[in-house]
Amino acid sequence: MKIRAFMLAAALAGLGVTAVTAADEPQAVRQQLMKKVGKAAGALSGIAKGEKPYDAEIVKASLTTISETVKIFPTHFPAGSETGLETEASPKIWENMDDFKAKAAKLGTDASTLLAQLPADKAGVGAALGILGKDCSSCHETYRLKKD
Amino acid sequence: MGRRTTKLLSGLVVLALAGAGGSWWLTKPAPWDDGHWEGLGEPDLANGEQVFWAGGCVSCHAAPGAQDDARLVLSGGRALKSAFGTFHVPNISPDESAGIGDWTLAEFGNAMTRGVGQNGEHLYPSFPYGSYARMTAKDINDLWGYLQTLPKSTNVAPPHDLPFPYNIRLALGGWKLLFFSDEPRVEVNTADAKLARGQYLVEGPGHCGECHTPRNALGGFETGRWLAGAPNPEGEGRIPNITPGSKSVGSWSASDIASYLETGFTPDFDSVGGSMVDVQKNLARLSPPDREAIAAYLKALPPL
Repeated sequence: MKIRAFMLAAALAGLGVTAVTAADEPQAVRQQLMKKVGKAAGALSGIAKGEKPYDAEIVKASLTTISETVKIFPTHFPAGSETGLETEASPKIWENMDDFKAKAAKLGTDASTLLAQLPADKAGVGAALGILGKDCSSCHETYRLKKD
Repeated sequence: MGRRTTKLLSGLVVLALAGAGGSWWLTKPAPWDDGHWEGLGEPDLANGEQVFWAGGCVSCHAAPGAQDDARLVLSGGRALKSAFGTFHVPNISPDESAGIGDWTLAEFGNAMTRGVGQNGEHLYPSFPYGSYARMTAKDINDLWGYLQTLPKSTNVAPPHDLPFPYNIRLALGGWKLLFFSDEPRVEVNTADAKLARGQYLVEGPGHCGECHTPRNALGGFETGRWLAGAPNPEGEGRIPNITPGSKSVGSWSASDIASYLETGFTPDFDSVGGSMVDVQKNLARLSPPDREAIAAYLKALPPL
């Protein structure tokens, strides 16, 4: 009985592994990382717009997420991941990898700096989001392609 | 060559000349009567500045890569690649020789709304006069006044680099005959002041359709596909459909759209990208009611 349960669990785990294979591809990983950054920006925006009350812990956690995520983000663009899985990555990334990495690093640095100062109220969060948003768009301007 | 052939040939030449004369008359540059630009009074510079940001002049006329206040120097110099060749954006700073400082209001207005240059020549529609044609004489006067307040630049842009037959300016008269119109692009309920304002901003100064509407082989808009998305004129990727039928932005509410134009964030906190980055920076300078009017108009479009 125990063995059967174990085998079942192993089989299910095997299924699980098959299911996440696509999610392990660099295209999918980096999409997930961008979603994480987006979610953190969304949390900050809720505060900046006054839809959510100011909460220092949420501001701290969001800025930490952004700063840590963009540190690893540019490592997920290996050769061979230029296309597929509905990637919106522009071929220009591979032509100008150093500039692409510099743009990601700028967002990371700006997020870390803001984290060290920690915006103290709704207006501070709004100003912080203005700085971070400019970093997002300055990279997306050149390195992201919309397919629709 | 036989006598007959010679006769036939001269006949053809006469016919061709007559045809050319007729087409010249049909397709010659057509500026407004002088009265259109008279009696407008002192320009309202604050409104001129708003028109300036709505029109997005800096996106093409600022020096390539210029940031912040440097964008207000309209030195030109940017190269616009297209299927018809490369257009070099001219200097429109108030410099008297390199820019347009020696132009009159009428000359500026006719360039903006009729695509007619200072010497009476046709302008290429890479300059979006096909949209600006809808602008009021008052807005043109105010914009002209505002442009005089900007810094001068002595930069001279190279001439356009266009292969035959696109290098023949006369042929642009035919293009205008086929595609130039100052009529509304779609019908919306203009009794609603907000929609009317949105229509003016989007179809006129905002010139959104220039990128968001697909074009035919001659560069005219595909009828019935207003703002339905198009290939990216600058290379790979697509300029999105922004009608309510869009897969990407169709589900956005009017306030989502207004907020995107103000902050650059989409409702799911993706950010603005591509050439829309510059456009969003410009539209962020408009008044909140103007951004709301743009959003209301986009929501009222036929879904495609």
